[in-house]
Amino acid sequence: MAFAAFGSGGPGAAVDQAPRRRSWVALVLLLPGLAYLALFFLTPFVSLILTSLQTPVEFGDVGQFQQAFKIENYALVVQQYWPHFLRAFGYALAATFFALVISYPLAYFIGVKARPWPLIQALMLTLVIAPFFISFLLRTLAWKALMSDETPVVQALKALSIIPSDGHLTGTAFSVIFGLTYNFIPFMTLPLYTTLERLDTRYLEAGSDLYAAPATTFWRVTVPLSMPGVVSGTLLTFIPAAGDYINASASFLGSAQTQMVGNVIETNFLGLLDYPAASALSVLLMGIILLLVGLYVKRSGTEDLL
Amino acid sequence: MRFSLGKWLLPVYSALALIFLLIPIGYTFVFSFNNSLKSNVQWVGFTFDKWLHVCDAQGVCAAFGTSILVGIIATVIATALGTLMAIALVRYKFRARSAISLLLFLPMATPEVVLGAGLAAQFLSAGVPKGLVTIIIAHALFCLSFVVVTVKARVASLDPALEEAGRDLYGSPGQVFWRITFPLLLPGIIAAALLSFALSFDDFIITRFNNGGVETFPIFVYTAAARGVPAEANVVASAVFLLALIMVIVAQTTSAARRKRLAKLTL
Repeated sequence: MAFAAFGSGGPGAAVDQAPRRRSWVALVLLLPGLAYLALFFLTPFVSLILTSLQTPVEFGDVGQFQQAFKIENYALVVQQYWPHFLRAFGYALAATFFALVISYPLAYFIGVKARPWPLIQALMLTLVIAPFFISFLLRTLAWKALMSDETPVVQALKALSIIPSDGHLTGTAFSVIFGLTYNFIPFMTLPLYTTLERLDTRYLEAGSDLYAAPATTFWRVTVPLSMPGVVSGTLLTFIPAAGDYINASASFLGSAQTQMVGNVIETNFLGLLDYPAASALSVLLMGIILLLVGLYVKRSGTEDLL
Repeated sequence: MRFSLGKWLLPVYSALALIFLLIPIGYTFVFSFNNSLKSNVQWVGFTFDKWLHVCDAQGVCAAFGTSILVGIIATVIATALGTLMAIALVRYKFRARSAISLLLFLPMATPEVVLGAGLAAQFLSAGVPKGLVTIIIAHALFCLSFVVVTVKARVASLDPALEEAGRDLYGSPGQVFWRITFPLLLPGIIAAALLSFALSFDDFIITRFNNGGVETFPIFVYTAAARGVPAEANVVASAVFLLALIMVIVAQTTSAARRKRLAKLTL
């Protein structure tokens, strides 16, 4: 089933099935895929790092650069675009939090409460992944239309002066975080569902047998047991959300004031043809994400949970 | 959890959450029947015309065709390479195995914008013109890891004794693979291929960095978003949605039926 891709994953997940034997066969099987990854995944990283150190060709056209070791490029992009980094990680963090809060009860219901009715479980899971089947861009545009100034909801909010009468719902940090949250809820719900579905309910009964309040059982038993799902769900949401630029782009839910790192990478690479700046931004984004993810996985102690 | 309204709180919440997830889908579907002219923001009136004449809007059908073509070729490449890798990673033990698993995990942990910019930087420095080929290369790359993860789960659940039996009966390695291993892996391979096609079909960010002038369906929507997306795009998206939904429901009911049959057999 396709859901498997969201549930498991990560290195070392394979079960030992066979002893070491005929490793040349393994090499033959691996070689085409490894060559592909080396050529189109590892070398692009090298290209990205090399490009990030390039300097403009003297008297050259826009977009003409030569190899150099211009490490100042990094200082320049940090100086110019640090607010975009803050926004990217701030929005992604907020969206991850909201997606977790919204998804957990839903995943709990599907995975634990709905167990006696497999058909309902299957139907609800299908509905959770349903947004995947409709274009990512169109569903974001749908929210833009639903949040536009003429819709009854926005009119009502204005009448209640929750938003000022000349204000808008789209183009704000709220709409961008809303869009990110919406778009990544399935990525959060599926891994949560996979762990909660395997939760042994006898532990919960043991909790109540020992006179624990339902809330205590939830925090002391259910949550720790579902940690692997929480970790993979938050990672599957945070990483793509931090690099996303559709939700924050002005023709979707954002505005010039909500631009994230992804937006400036796109503008620099495809619009301004400033390849070194775009590459330096990409290298920094990747570096920060790897650092954060490494710390997070270490802190959440998933090693011993896996 | 026993709240006072505990019995109803969670089901009602779950239903509301699912409705929330479906709102934009409903919107897209409803507006595929909108009798709009160019931009499809205001509701004008109900019509079937957009469904009957999808290709009338300039570029919609061409972009859709390109997406299908890219999706098929990228899926074939990713599924072939990924299946071989998955078999090797589960069935053989060797020193570099965990390093290779990490290498396969990394593309999934890389933000799309970095993957896209990296490939674009490489094509630029190698002087490769961007176009259909570069889109396919990029799509096959990000699908590969998902294929390996999906097929790996299937290989791991396969009983090696079945292949041993084949070898004991003097089956050649080729025969054992094609008559035993491959048919048993097929459901996993099909799931991986479908996932990979779906990922490719909906990809925008990586495509945007490597498309040259070529328009896939998401690129078409993005370009049109600035001036208003035509209702025909909603028709295409809704049709794809319905088709995918039907496929998932059929797959789930047949697998449920198979499980029932198996349960009867073992009883």
